Formats: sequence, C-alpha cells, structure tokens
Amino acid sequence: MDLLLLSRLQFALTIAFHYIFPPLSIGLGIILVIMEGTYLKTGNPLYQQMTRFWVKIFGLIFAIGVASGIVMEFQFGTNWSTYSRYVGDVFGSALAAEGIFAFFLESGFLAILLFGWNRVSPKWHFFSTIMVALGAHFSAIWIIVANSWQQTPAGYHIVGEGLSARAEIVDFWQLVFNPSTIDRLTHTYMGAWQAGAFFVLSVSAFYLLKKKYQDFAKASIKIALIIAVFASLMQLVTGHSSASTLADTQPAKLAAFEAHYPESAPAPLYLFGWVDEDNETVILGPKIPGFLSYLVHGDASKPVTGLRAFSPDKRPPVNVVFQSYHAMVAIGMGLIAIALIGLFFWWRKILFETRWYLWALVLSVLGPQLGNQLGWLSAEVGRQPYIVYNLLLTADGLSKTVTAGEVITSLILFGIIYIFLFALFIYLLNEKIQHGPSEEDLIIKGHRA
Amino acid sequence: MNIDLNSIWFSLVGVLFAGYAILDGFDLGVGALHLFTRTDEERRILINSIGPVWDGNEVWLVTGGGALFAAFPMVYATAFSGFYLAMMFLLFALIFRAVAIEFRSKQPHKWWRQMWDISFSISSMVSGLLIGVALGNIARGIPLDAQFEYGGGFFNLLNPYAVIVGLTTVALFMMHGAIYLVLKTEGALHERIRGWVNNAIILFVIFYIATTMATLLYIPHMMEYIKSHPILFVVAFLNMLAIANIPREIHLRYDRRAFLSSCASILALLTLFGIGMYPYMIYSLPNPEHSLTIYNAASSQKTLQIMLIIAAMGMPLALTYTIAIYRIFRGKVKLEPTSY
Repeated sequence: MDLLLLSRLQFALTIAFHYIFPPLSIGLGIILVIMEGTYLKTGNPLYQQMTRFWVKIFGLIFAIGVASGIVMEFQFGTNWSTYSRYVGDVFGSALAAEGIFAFFLESGFLAILLFGWNRVSPKWHFFSTIMVALGAHFSAIWIIVANSWQQTPAGYHIVGEGLSARAEIVDFWQLVFNPSTIDRLTHTYMGAWQAGAFFVLSVSAFYLLKKKYQDFAKASIKIALIIAVFASLMQLVTGHSSASTLADTQPAKLAAFEAHYPESAPAPLYLFGWVDEDNETVILGPKIPGFLSYLVHGDASKPVTGLRAFSPDKRPPVNVVFQSYHAMVAIGMGLIAIALIGLFFWWRKILFETRWYLWALVLSVLGPQLGNQLGWLSAEVGRQPYIVYNLLLTADGLSKTVTAGEVITSLILFGIIYIFLFALFIYLLNEKIQHGPSEEDLIIKGHRA
Repeated sequence: MNIDLNSIWFSLVGVLFAGYAILDGFDLGVGALHLFTRTDEERRILINSIGPVWDGNEVWLVTGGGALFAAFPMVYATAFSGFYLAMMFLLFALIFRAVAIEFRSKQPHKWWRQMWDISFSISSMVSGLLIGVALGNIARGIPLDAQFEYGGGFFNLLNPYAVIVGLTTVALFMMHGAIYLVLKTEGALHERIRGWVNNAIILFVIFYIATTMATLLYIPHMMEYIKSHPILFVVAFLNMLAIANIPREIHLRYDRRAFLSSCASILALLTLFGIGMYPYMIYSLPNPEHSLTIYNAASSQKTLQIMLIIAAMGMPLALTYTIAIYRIFRGKVKLEPTSY
C-alpha cells in the first residue's frame, strides 16, 4: 500500500476514534449545566444525584477524549509535514488559540467538577460546570475554524513559489469567519448536543425498562428529550444552510453529495441510490426532480453545477460521499422522528410506559454517533482530492521523510491500542451504568464536610 | 538578543514548554516512582496526589505544540515528521498513562491494578526519556537537507549524548516528583519518600554533571551565545544554587521551599537550553547552514503579532486557572469516594 493511502487511513482511524468523545462531552456538558442549575434553584436532591452520576460518566469520556486528542495535534506534523509547512501560519494559529482559550479552561475546571465537591461551595461547583461546558464549546470553535479554512480558505495570501510556497494570514477575522465557519460550527454543535442528549436518553430508558432508579431516569429523560428535540430540528436549519453554502464555495462536493453530473442543469434530490461512477449515473435511485435546485436556489428550474464541470482528477470519490451523505440525512430524519414521538408521548403521558419506544431510545444512542461520523466523512472525503480546497492536493501534503513501513507500524499499533481502549471504555461505561446513581447522593451534603 | 517578534516567540514557546516540564514533570516523576510503593493504598495516594491536576498539566504540552506549529511551523513539521517513530512512541506512552490513571482503581482485582500500575510507571518513564532524547538531539544537531528535512532515521536518535540527556530528564522528573510527594503525603509514607528525595537528588546530580560535561566537550555550538554574553553565566550559577538548595531545604523540612527550588532549577535548566540554542531552533549537523533558526522557521510577522495578542489575552487567564486549581487542591492527599 502506498504512503498516501496509509497516512489517510491513519488519520481517518485516529480522528474517527477521537470524534466519538468530544461531541459527547460538549452535549453532556450542556445537560450537566441544566441539571446542576436545577438542583441549585430547587434544592431537590434528585438533581444533585443526577449531576453527580453524569459527572462521573463525563469524567470517563473526557479522559479518553484527551488521550486520543493529543494524537491529533501531533499528527499534522508527523504525517502531514508538507501540509503543516504550507498552512502553519494560518492553521497553527487556530490550534494554538484552542489550547490557550479552551483547553486550559476545560481541564482546569474539570478538576473541580470531578474532585472538588467537598472543596468548594455548591455555587462555585456550578460555576465550574459552566466553565467546563464553555471550554468544550470553545475548543470546537477553534478546531472548526481550522477545518473550515481548509474547506473554504479566506483571509490569506500565498507567499513564495514551488517548495517554499505557503499561506500567510492577511486578515485574521476573515480567516476566522471564512464562508463555512458558522454553518459548520452550528451544525457540529447541534450534532454534539444530539450525541449528549440521546446518550442520556438511552441510559435512562434502559433504567426504566429494568424498573430501576425510576425517578432519576424520568427526570433525566425530560431534560435530555427537550435538548434532543431542539437539536434534531435545528439540524434541518443548519444542515440546509451548510448545503446551500456549498453551492457557492465547494460545488464539486455538493455535486458529489447528490451525484449530480450534468455540467449545469436543474438538479434532483435522490432519496437513496447507488452511483455508477463509470457511467456517471445513479442506479435504483428514486428522486424528486428539481428539489436540489429548489433547496439551493429556491427555484426548481435553476441550474446547479455538476461534476462534469470538473476534470475527473479533481472530483471527489462520488459513491462514498453520496452514500455517507445520504445515510447521515436518513439518520438525522430518524432522530427527528424519535424525538418528536417522545414529545408526543410525553404530552399523552405515556412516555415512561411505552416499552417499544423506550427500547428505541436505548438504541438511539448510536444515531448521533453514526450521523456525526458520516457527516465528517462526507465533508472531508467530499473535499478530495484537495487537503486545502483548490490550493493544495492531499497527495502533496505528506511528510517526505516518513516511509510507508513506518506508517504501517504506527497504523497497526493505533489499531490495536484503540480497539483495546474502546473495549475498556465500553466495559467501564457498562459498569458505571449497571452500578447506577448512588443512593447516598440523594442526601444533601453541606460542603466542606 | 534582539527584541523582535521572533525572539519573543522563541521565549514564549520556551515558557510553555518550561511550564510543561515543571508541571507535568512532577507528575511524570510520580509515575516513575510509582512502583517503589508497596500497598494498594499507597499507590492510590500517589495517583490521587496528581489526580486533579495531571491533565491540566498535559495541556501545557498541547498548547506548546500548538504555539510551535503557529509560530515556527517549519520546526514543528521537521521535528515531528523527522522523529516519526519516537513521536509515535511518545503518543502511545501518553495514551497509556492517561488511561492507566483513569482505569486503575475502577476494578478491585489485584491483576487489574498491577497491570495498570506497571503501565502507568513505565509510560511515565518512557515519556520523560523520549522528551529528553528529543531535546538532546535538537541540541546536538541532526542531519537536515537543504529543504530542512531530516535524513537520519530512528536509531541515529539514540546517540549517547541524546540518551544521557534523556536519562537526566527522567532523573530530574523523579527528583521533582519525589519532592512533590513529600508535600502531598503524611505519616510513614511521607517519611519513606523523604528518603527517596535524597537518593533522587544524588542520581540527578550525577546525570546533570554528565550532561554538562558532555555538552562542554562535544557540543561547542551550545556554548557560543553564552560565551559572547558572559552576563548569562548568572543563569548557570543560579541553576547550581537552586539545585544545591534542595537538599538543604529538605533537611530543614521546608518542603514547600524545596519544591519551589526544584521548579526554579527546571526553569533555569530550560533557560540555559534556550540560551544555548538561540537563535537556532534545530541545529543541523554536519551542515549548520541548513539549520532552522527563529527567522527561517517562523510564521509571518503579522501572524506572530496576532498570536502575541492571543497569548496576551489567554495566558493570564490560563495562569489564573492553574493557580486557582492548585490552591483548591493544596494540602495532603485524602482518599475520598470520588478519588481514583
């Protein structure tokens, strides 16, 4: 196997593994703020018990997020050093800002969140919870800025030629608010809130099915369901906005999402299908004619730029992108349905008794996880063959001194270690869930006991 | 030293890495000493002495790496890709360490805890060793070509000088960690660790002398800047003073002062390293003209300016959180239900 493929595989493996965890900590962060805030406001010990239980789970998730996150920061330099030289001036700044503004905040206050129950007053503890949630949200801002700049570069100019050419910042705010930052950030945030909310829903529904910790589970479900409904519906807005922006900024990616080949023609929307890339057609695809044009331009007869406008070597792999994008959309719709059914059952007062629905909630935890992974897959593979859209080819971003043998070694080791880590994570998560919330946490404790 | 943006960023990156060495240094040291304890309770005390702070400490490395990427992308790219396998091993060590701390006390079985105790200790030592070896190579010089790409392979990194610097780093962290543990423990364990400190100081001083001699004899370019600016010998003098002060404070049972002395000696050591390197960032051997310096490796002036504003806004906040956390968790370790 060649170096390019191996390096891409390693990046895909390490980022996909890492990305299981940050969305959960962003989403759980916001839920923890609501739970602890409710506890402080009402003094109801149930909310203290909830906060303490979910904080423990948060700690476990955060630890693996940190451990797998350091890998990401190193990997730009280890495997993509030519890319790093090319973009360091721009991209490095965003990464450094992430460390300075987000990680110190998050990791510092996390200590109080996990270990500070008896060392600070309840109000300070609540403040720390807010800071941890904020830190998690801040870190997303900077990494999304960096990623969005790769997709839709702005606020830079190219200095030098050939081997010494690189991008340098001209306008920092244009770089930060490049054309896709806000869409991507809101879409990612909502995906993360979905991940956190459906995770809480899943565990709590499991308790209800097992007839354990019922008060705890019901109260958790109510909070998480509201977040789930809001975030899932908002994905329609942020997703739509992201796709419309693509028509201007990355037309090849949008065309690949829908396997739209004609150079410039009104575009349909496929419900599903299989792309025959050789014959440039979609097999077995029920479609709504003109609907992509309508979504992008508000007019079903307006043309959308298709893949034939790009030479074949400048197109992303179409079928992979088509499938992952459509699967993401389908999952998103499914999550909206689950969330709305829950709201309806809540109103009908049968939410906690409908066993099939509770089972659906138990499984729903996989939805946002798959959706988040597939969404990123679409966004990143859709940018190919470029690593920085229209500026630098992925194949040109590799480290020149690293050999395929070295990458095979590290790739295999990462594979083994991550399987082991994931198994451990699931094992310990399961232990914590089986153990359940502690009855002791229902007793209100004075601080500094 | 000219006060230009490049030099300021050279110092700032240095400050971040010094912050890392001082803070994560003691928790890597605690890890390296971990297997010297006997009972499960003692081991839990050791892990919980760093429990609330270790991942905040690691953030200094992450931020240092980010700052290096932003301010000196050429150095980041050359060092990280050139030291590929070493970097991968460092990553694996850091992952195992984080996971070991998190998972060790989650199960009561003896084999489970022993497995994680061993991985915690070994990964802590390996992390310190690899960081030291990398610094040793950067100082000694590595073969770079005209494109500033490393052409030496993995085993060239394990030259005697780099290995000595690596071992010195491990010994330094062990000393630093032992003094930290003196602050965090009480009773019989505390008295035993007090004994470790003396051994650790002796071990460190032996390696420290070896590194200093090797540098003076074999790495002449590390001495050029300090020779032309003799006033900087003050730093070397302060360094020796700080090191000599540690056993004195330990003997007098001024444990906090001993720890501060240890912090000061790490800061002084890294300052000396910075002075020795300046204005180089990676020295190229045998072709010094291919070295990466703070000028040919830097980002644009505009970016360095923007980053300076970001650092000026963010670092005071980061320092405030760090100090607040250390104040909140000061004092002897007490095992609680939320402990590891």
